[in-house]
Amino acid sequence: MMDATILWSVLDSTIRLTTPILLCCLGGLYSERSGVFDIGIEGKMLFAAFAAGVAAHASGSAYFGLLAGIGAGVVFSALHGFACITQRGNQIISGVAINFLAAGMTALLGKAWYQQGGKTPQLETTARFQPMQLPGAMAVKDVPVLGPVYEGLLSGHNLLVYVSFLAVPLTWWVVYRTRFGLRLRAVGENPAAVDTAGISVTRLRYAGVLICGVFAGIAGSYLAIAQSANFSPNMSAGRGFIALAALIFAKWNPIGALGACLLFGFLEALAIPLQGASIPGIGWKVPVQLITASPYILTVILLAGFIGKAIPPKAGGVAYVKER
Amino acid sequence: MSAPFVKLPRWVDIGLMPVVNVFAGFLLAGLVVLFIGESPLNALGILVKGALGSVNNIFYTLFYATSFIFTGLAVAVAFHAGLFNIGGEGQAYVGGLGVALVALALDKFMPWYITAPLALLASMVFGALWAMIPAYLQARRGSHIVITTIMFNFIASSMMVYILVKVLKPATAMGPQTRPFESGAFVPRLGQVLDLFGIKSGSAPANLTFFVALLAAWMVWKLIWRTKFGYEMRTFGFNPTAAAYAGISAFRVTMLTMLISGALAGLMSVNTVLGGVHKVELDFVAGAGFVGIAVALMGRSHPLGVVLAALLFGILYQGGAELSFQVPAISRDMILIIQALVILFAGALENMFRPFFGHLFARRETTAAGAA
Repeated sequence: MMDATILWSVLDSTIRLTTPILLCCLGGLYSERSGVFDIGIEGKMLFAAFAAGVAAHASGSAYFGLLAGIGAGVVFSALHGFACITQRGNQIISGVAINFLAAGMTALLGKAWYQQGGKTPQLETTARFQPMQLPGAMAVKDVPVLGPVYEGLLSGHNLLVYVSFLAVPLTWWVVYRTRFGLRLRAVGENPAAVDTAGISVTRLRYAGVLICGVFAGIAGSYLAIAQSANFSPNMSAGRGFIALAALIFAKWNPIGALGACLLFGFLEALAIPLQGASIPGIGWKVPVQLITASPYILTVILLAGFIGKAIPPKAGGVAYVKER
Repeated sequence: MSAPFVKLPRWVDIGLMPVVNVFAGFLLAGLVVLFIGESPLNALGILVKGALGSVNNIFYTLFYATSFIFTGLAVAVAFHAGLFNIGGEGQAYVGGLGVALVALALDKFMPWYITAPLALLASMVFGALWAMIPAYLQARRGSHIVITTIMFNFIASSMMVYILVKVLKPATAMGPQTRPFESGAFVPRLGQVLDLFGIKSGSAPANLTFFVALLAAWMVWKLIWRTKFGYEMRTFGFNPTAAAYAGISAFRVTMLTMLISGALAGLMSVNTVLGGVHKVELDFVAGAGFVGIAVALMGRSHPLGVVLAALLFGILYQGGAELSFQVPAISRDMILIIQALVILFAGALENMFRPFFGHLFARRETTAAGAA
């Protein structure tokens, strides 16, 4: 049986495990809404995690690490943009290359620089993002229901967790309520129309791709200098792909992205206590592997059109060739 | 609409461009070596010697190349029909399940020449089945094959962990793997063949599957350029709308192409499992499915190009292992970097140097015309 304490810890880990997926998912949203698919988000996050780990260790400052992580994400995004927008190369191939490049570079440089099997050195507490108390958390601690939820569940996470959740309404506002957002959506649906209106398709797409790099950079930094205390090889562990799956699940909508990422984060959190547990009444042991694979299975079922229909941005994946 | 890229002489397009692109990739890889404070030329020397320095080393190179020919062909076949199969990794993994079932059932009673052909068949069937679901979803339900094949890699990985841990692992074994196969499931090594002629060649795992790979490459060439279906594939890949007008069934082309692609990826497992370690281990594919993407791009989806590119990657894998042994600072992750750069330059940036060569050869042609 799953009792209250286990449920509580599952919900608490859900928030922590959702954060990197949510950041990548929102980043991917900007890129894909602009018409550039980004399979390489996994690699960007990994490279950013490495850069953050190295910079935070060298400088002793978590903020400097975050800055380096964002920088790394943006550099890889610029490469993706150069290949896909300027050179009109295949977006999928470029993304695949970026994933391998990140996996290889981080492991090679990590091993060569620190001789710890690819890990970066353990960080001091000051070089990491620390849990922070939300205002009034102590005051409502003893209030029934509200107290445990606010003080126990919502408060006490690190800064990047709150950044990721606040990025959801922000992204919604940018995409649906600003001129930039309107144009971003338009360029992903019909770049020729945007071009005819005298707006640069290239600049808009670069903006989408680079914003994606910023988000992937924060996500990577979160992995290395907030959730853990150092970088270890392949620590992104497929989360970038889960984020892509979540983006499809969310039908490229920020509010949907929050829901999808919370669901996938919850499934990931659930896998921990379910190890070896059996469903009460039936006695059937749920294979942990089934839970690990469930985000992917759910996405395939969604893509197959059995739960609604996921329609990607119409011009996604196609380089824009200006008419002359 | 204007043509986005200049037209180049045929020999430049097919011969020179890929070489220039791959060279650019290697040049950058050399810079990375320089960056961590090692000598690129020295590294290259150790790598080449490690891959080709002795018969044993060459056989290791061929062993890796065999796997890459299969996975490279798998990606290449799909490319011709305009499909990007990123799922080679998962298809090869599930193909290994087929090999395991055949080997576990027969290895104690049957000689290898009965077991191995059946294992080849099983690997193809299992690999093809794993590719069939994404193919069907693309052809009938309109979901994107790139996304579904990526998802299926992860699903395959979870499924195989479950099967290896819960079903195939003998009670005595520690790790999640099958029991070691008996000699009835060993594909003879090339070294054993040389031993018959009295040439000592060591214990490298290159095996007869290498010839199956060459045969597969020839058959893929035959399929793509000498059969009606191959013509349909290329037409569909070039222009699906035109193909539809010509009465070519998109459903049939997508399904058959992906089945062939999955079967080719599945074959890779026979090389590793029956030729190499003689058991199915966790994650035995070890990225070979992804190397296939680099191999197909570098070989421009032509079977001959795929074989040559696979040999080059075989050299990189074997030589890279030797290199990381002798120069610890250059770990095997260097191979991943080279792989990434090859994919980048031969794939996504394949047209970057094109304008330059366009200018170069256009000018030569006009001067030639002026002289005449």
